[in-house]
This record gives sequence, C-alpha cells and structure tokens, in this order.
Amino acid sequence: MNAGIDTGDTAWMLIATALVLMMTPALGLFYAGLVRSKNTLNTFMMSIAAIAVATVTWAAVGYSLAFDGGDDLIGGLGNAFMSGVDFAPREGTTIPELVFFAFQATFCIITVALVSGAVVERMRFGAFLVFAALWSVLVYAVLAHWAFGGGWLISGGTLDFAGGVPVEMASGFSALAAALVVGARKEWGRQALLPHNAVYVLLGAGLLWFGWFGFNGGSGFSTGDPSVLAFTNTLLCPACTLVVWFALDLIRGRKVTAIGAATAIIVGCVAITPAGGYVSPGWAMLLGALAALPSYAIIVWRTRTRVDETLDVLAAHGTAGFFGILFIGFFAQADWNGVSDGLFYGNAAQLGDQALAALAAPIYAFVVTFALLKLIGMVMPLRASDREEAMGMDVVQHGEEAYVTGEGAILLLPDDVGKVGVPVADPG
Amino acid sequence: MKLVIGIVRPEQANQVLEALHRAEVRGFSMSRVQGHGGEVERVETYRGTTVQMGLSEKVRFEVAVSDSFVDKAVGAICEGGRTGEVGDGKIFVVPLDHAVRIRTGDTDEGAVTPVSR
Repeated sequence: MNAGIDTGDTAWMLIATALVLMMTPALGLFYAGLVRSKNTLNTFMMSIAAIAVATVTWAAVGYSLAFDGGDDLIGGLGNAFMSGVDFAPREGTTIPELVFFAFQATFCIITVALVSGAVVERMRFGAFLVFAALWSVLVYAVLAHWAFGGGWLISGGTLDFAGGVPVEMASGFSALAAALVVGARKEWGRQALLPHNAVYVLLGAGLLWFGWFGFNGGSGFSTGDPSVLAFTNTLLCPACTLVVWFALDLIRGRKVTAIGAATAIIVGCVAITPAGGYVSPGWAMLLGALAALPSYAIIVWRTRTRVDETLDVLAAHGTAGFFGILFIGFFAQADWNGVSDGLFYGNAAQLGDQALAALAAPIYAFVVTFALLKLIGMVMPLRASDREEAMGMDVVQHGEEAYVTGEGAILLLPDDVGKVGVPVADPG
Repeated sequence: MKLVIGIVRPEQANQVLEALHRAEVRGFSMSRVQGHGGEVERVETYRGTTVQMGLSEKVRFEVAVSDSFVDKAVGAICEGGRTGEVGDGKIFVVPLDHAVRIRTGDTDEGAVTPVSR
C-alpha cells in the first residue's frame, strides 16, 4: 500500500462508489414507472446507456478535463485515458486515485442519466447515445472542474459539497434545454399521459435515497467529520421534505399521493447534496422543509405550460440544487464544517460566492446543451416519427416489450430470421 | 337496435373516446384484446430468441345504440381510429335482439337511450 493511504477511508469510499453506481439503475426504475408501459424499457435503457457511454468518455478525457489541474475554466489532459491514475493517493485525499476516479465516474454517469428524463418517450436511442457521450464531456466535466477540480468556482470560494453545480443544476437546466430542442410528445397537452407503475417510482426513489448516502457521505472522501455530517443530513433533510410535501398535497388535493412522496424524496436528497457537509443537522432539516416549496410550485406550474420537460428534472434537480447552493450562503456554519460561515453567522461574502455559482451553472448548462442538441439534430433526427411514438419506443427502438406475454409469439428459427417482416397469415 | 363493435389500435383509443363523446354517444364498454388482421408483424429478440409477434394489442369498443345512432357511432369510431396504416382495425355492426337496463328494468330502446340524471 502506498504511503498516505488510509485503510478506513478507502474501505468506505469503495462502498460509497458502489452505492452511487446503484443510483443509476434506481433512477432508471424511477423513470420507467413514470412513463407509459410501452416506453418502460427505452426509458430504463437510457439510464443503462449512461453507464455505458459516460464511463468510457470519463476514462478517455472526462476525468482529466475535470480533475487534472488546468486553469480556471478547464482541466488538462494529463490524466487522459487514465494515464497516471493508480494506487498513489489522490492529492488532498487519503484514498488511491483509482478509487477517486471511479467515485467521480459514478457522478458523471448518473448526471447523464438524469437529463434523459426530459426527453423520454420520443427521443431516438441512437441520438441519445451521441448526446450522452458529448454532454458528459462538454457539460459535466467542465462544471465538475469548476466546482470540484480547481476551477474558478471552487477557487473563488463557492462551497458545493456533493454536486449542486455539476450534478443537480447541470442536469436540471440541461433538461429544460433538451425538452425545448427535442420538443413535446405529440399528445402533450391534449391527452393525459400518466405514470404506468407507481410502485416502480416509489422503489426507485427509495433505492436512490439509499445510494445517496454514498453520494453525499462519500463526498468528503474520508470517514471524517464532513462525511459523517453529510451522511446524517442525508437522512434528516429528505424526511423533512416528505413531511412538507405531504402537507402541500393535503392542502392542494386533500390526499397524500405516492408519486408526490417519491418526488419529495428526490427533492430532499438533491437539496442536501450541495449543503450536506456544510450545515448543521438542524439547518439541514429546515433546508428540507423549505426546499419542498419551490419544487412543488414549479411542478404544478410546469404542467400548465407547453414545455414537455417530461419527468420534471428541472423542478426536482435544477430547482432544489439551486436552492441548496444558495442555502449554504445563509446557513453554513464554521463550527460544524470547519471551513466557512454563511450570512447568518456574519459572513455575507459566502452568499455572494454561492449566488455566483447559482447563476453561472444554470446558464452554462442551458446554453451548451441547447447548442449541442441543435448541432446533433443537424446530423441525425433527434426524435422518432409520430407513428413510432404511438407504437411505443420499446418495440421501435429495442425490439422488446416490458410486459410481453408470449401469446401469439412465433419462434423464428435461425434460417427464418432474414425473412422477417412478412404477414403471418395472408388476409386475402 | 344494433351492437356496434369497433376494434382499434390502443394508441387511438383516446381519440375514439373523444369522437364518441362529440357524437353524443354516451354508453359503451371497452376491453383490451389481442388480435391479428394481416398487418406486418413485429419481430422481437429476447436473449437470442427471435420471435415474430403474431398478435397485436387492440382495444375493442362495444356500443349498443338505437338505429338512429348507428351511423354516428360508426363514424366516430372510424374518425378516431384511423391512422391510414395497415392495422387500424375493423367495425362490425350486428343486430341486437333485446336490451335491459338493470337499475330500472327498462327494455330495448329505453335501455340503450341515455337518461338525464
């Protein structure tokens, strides 16, 4: 073992990395439950595709551009193709850089998967793969450099514990841009497009919360105080969001809804993501309670607009991430985090640093995603035809169905496979 | 009195509902069925097992109407169900001998004519 490695820290970070990787299939399950049954597999596969594509781009250049020194705007290429990523401790941590690399890779993966929520049920799978590859480098890696890797935000004093900038605001505001470029589903605004399995949604949200203990608890890269604080705040904050969301549901519709509860879990986890290691448990609970309000309002408002940002990534991630980043500026407490106070404890400058991040990240993510999708759209069609959309993306894009019964399925022997596409029985 | 049976694509079912509503046809039932009507089949592959799907999901509307509503019901199902591609479905109109409204015991024309509450 290399000098400077702490076994306890490394053990925890190995587990935390696995926890965060699990969040992406969990997100796939959450998203799959929210779409119609004919799009279940395609929606889930977008998350699986994020694991495939973003891991490769992260190993190739993403990690290097995010974390290899560089200047204020972008990292270098010294770690491209994982060059120099080995057993030696990552600078500033007590864990091998290989573990640090894998942990950060899982963040890139889930962020790419998050954006897919804006374009499900209509975007072509091939176009999504191209988008995922480019977005993971052009948006995620750049914002990760700004907030984590020595870029202008972190060096300017912005506090972002586990990814309010590169994960939550980046995915939320990119989702808005993606929804605008790809366009609404054809029945949007004319027909009710309902979630097909609320149990998937609840189970997905529960597994996401479970994984989030690795996401936030691992973002101290150790078993030290900030990690412990973030870990416990990850329990407290979403619980308070749930309570407030229940109350909002009761006031608005006289019933507490299951899909609302699943959404509240996500909103609470997102809100504590940037703030986890910086605010006291008490303030984390207040953060959870307050973060419910803007996200709830945006979900209610968004469905009345023409914008088909299908699975509300902007409301759940963009808005709650924005709120969490700003909350640090008010309630960060050096007694708890050992780094900096917020406005409430006499350090108004911290609020300025947080506001800068809350402004810069959404603008960068929105503009680059908008331009990127416009460019991809010039090379290949972004969305399926109306008829394909009606048939469902599972059959059209993957040649599979989620709930196939096998009734009426005729086995094609290998010799017959080439002759497909002919009617079984000639109606003439 | 006729029973109008319309078999349409599931993705057109909502359009048919809207069209029936516009035509003021108020009473009907619908069910999910599987059928085959000569459309080119879907080929699907599951872990190396390639199959040709011989049956497609369809939605079956059954509307019992008095004679003056037959054309309206048929027209509405046609209008809502049509995409122009093979597989849009069929409509069958069959004679109806007898109908009873269970709540009141009304029979025949009285049973298939909507009442205001």
